[in-house]
Amino acid sequence: MTDPRTRKPVLEVEGLQTVFHDLEGAWPAINALDLTIYEGEVLGLVGESGSGKSVAGFSILGLIDTPGEITAGRVLFQGKDLREMDEESLRKLRGADLSMIFQDPLTTLNPVLTIGEQMGEAITEHGQADAEALRRRCIDTLTKVGITSPEERLSQYPHELSGGMRQRVVIAIALLNSPKVIIADEPTTALDVTIQSQIIAEMQRLQHDSGAALIWISHDLGVVAELADRIAVMYAGDIVEIGTTDEVLDRPRHPYTRGLLDSVPGDVPPGEPLRQIEGSAPPLNARPFGCPFHPRCAQATDLCRSSDPAPQGDGAGRIWRCHHPITAQEAA
Amino acid sequence: MLTFVTQRLLQSVAVLFAVSIAVFLAVYAVGNPVDLLISPEATQAERAEMIARLGLDRPVWAQYLTFLGNALQGDLGTSFVHGQPALSLILSRIPATFELVVSALLLASIIGIPIGLWVGLNDGSLGARAVMTGSILGYSIPSFWKGMVLILVCAVWLNWLPASGRGDTVTVLGVPFSFLTVDGLRHMAMPVINLAIPNIALMIRLTAAGASESARMDYVKFARAKGVRDTRIVRRHILRNILIPIVTVLGVEFGSLIAFSTITETVFAWPGMGKLLITSIYQLDRPVVVAYVMLVTFIFVTVNLLVDFAYAALDPRVKLSERMS
Repeated sequence: MTDPRTRKPVLEVEGLQTVFHDLEGAWPAINALDLTIYEGEVLGLVGESGSGKSVAGFSILGLIDTPGEITAGRVLFQGKDLREMDEESLRKLRGADLSMIFQDPLTTLNPVLTIGEQMGEAITEHGQADAEALRRRCIDTLTKVGITSPEERLSQYPHELSGGMRQRVVIAIALLNSPKVIIADEPTTALDVTIQSQIIAEMQRLQHDSGAALIWISHDLGVVAELADRIAVMYAGDIVEIGTTDEVLDRPRHPYTRGLLDSVPGDVPPGEPLRQIEGSAPPLNARPFGCPFHPRCAQATDLCRSSDPAPQGDGAGRIWRCHHPITAQEAA
Repeated sequence: MLTFVTQRLLQSVAVLFAVSIAVFLAVYAVGNPVDLLISPEATQAERAEMIARLGLDRPVWAQYLTFLGNALQGDLGTSFVHGQPALSLILSRIPATFELVVSALLLASIIGIPIGLWVGLNDGSLGARAVMTGSILGYSIPSFWKGMVLILVCAVWLNWLPASGRGDTVTVLGVPFSFLTVDGLRHMAMPVINLAIPNIALMIRLTAAGASESARMDYVKFARAKGVRDTRIVRRHILRNILIPIVTVLGVEFGSLIAFSTITETVFAWPGMGKLLITSIYQLDRPVVVAYVMLVTFIFVTVNLLVDFAYAALDPRVKLSERMS
């Protein structure tokens, strides 16, 4: 696997901030997010519930609804800032160059419209196509994602398909217009374990064939380790560590990443209690002062309690955000 | 599908049967029509002869059985007052009522659904909240009062619209209609508005609730992520989903407006079924009242059946055979 950082960036996120408003104020769900996605790579975006990883995905596409609001930053795609674009130009990019796969296939598809219509509109809203070509393209894409008798599926409704099938349809819709970037928001979380591994294998193959860059958002480090070229770990709205999959898994620099790795149940001998990170991620409106991870961190010092660490890097794209990063010796 | 239809038809017959007993007993209890029908100067012999001719000397269950036997042959009795078959008397008034009700519901849908959509999609904005508050007034103000205010303002003060009657009619296939003439439309305006106002309010609230709920669904967000235009999202994704409750309510409202446009028809002296019912109740014209209730029940049952069919057409998840239980 070549280091994706030698390729050209396809999407550059700079200082992206999204806040959620309530009666008491505006609370950032993602804080000054910096992230570069390279052509054809798979980037795993990992974090606990509430870490802001899904919000990050939706913010890139500008799909944040009230009471949420994107308040700062740039999202550069092919040199153009998505946040500067008018709604119509952004719409033309969505579903064409930048597409998205949602978490729960049971709610992602409209229950009263046929699969054919829901696929077809993804094409017709981005350009002309005669009925026969449209049909062909839908059938081809359904075949590609491993759906049997695709002709019949077009006239079926979502409730006539199983959960795994529906997620395949959603994936097919995301692939219809050969996107440059696909954002997959926990696409296997709602599925059975057996279906999960099928879908993951399928996504791996499809991503490889299409050459699209894939942002795979997940709380499951195991899944991400299987798929991703690079991993970005999020905590409390910040990316706390980025590196290639090998770097992050073998030599984590952030104690939080280390905690996540230790929590993977497979590493614990049978009979031993499962390891976990004590405490839970802070709610949006109660972000701890200083390093947001310090209340759960064994290494925390006064410095951690008083100042939020700035991102540091090795200059080659490996980034961490910690006052006391784990050294190579400690990691080994 | 076939079992569904059979089952529903049997249910409908049972409902009609139960209603016929209830209404027959109720009307029997209301008063003796003979006192109103026979002039005070009539002799005792004339009186007894009249009672016997109308069949009122027989016990109530015998009267009911006769009624039931005749009803099964399509005869719902003869009006004491008009001497005509009750059913044809009512049927002759139906077009006038239909015309009002259909126009009112059409108006309610044309005005209420778009406003409701706007309110639902601009949830929480000042305008949306104002409309929602106003809509409460729309259906809480009583119909007779609204009718009288309309007459006062539009007919008495401004002299814009006629206050009563059907105006000029055009006869199509033997049935007179007002909506085909300008004068008829002017006469229809106020009663239609009066009937429409609460339904506009209802449509706004129903559509708004559905739209704001639907707009938050994942499938709408996914449609946006697909790059679907907002107009199409509203038309295909949102409207298509909220049409289901709208059709249900329109069906129920159609039935109840047909049955209970009585007040509006009375206020505007509109010669429809409702006006006939009120007059018949005053005159204790039993056959007409019974026939009216039976007919209205029949319409309700039919409309509900049609709504179920509409459901199946609108919502692919509904299979008629599974809805029986």
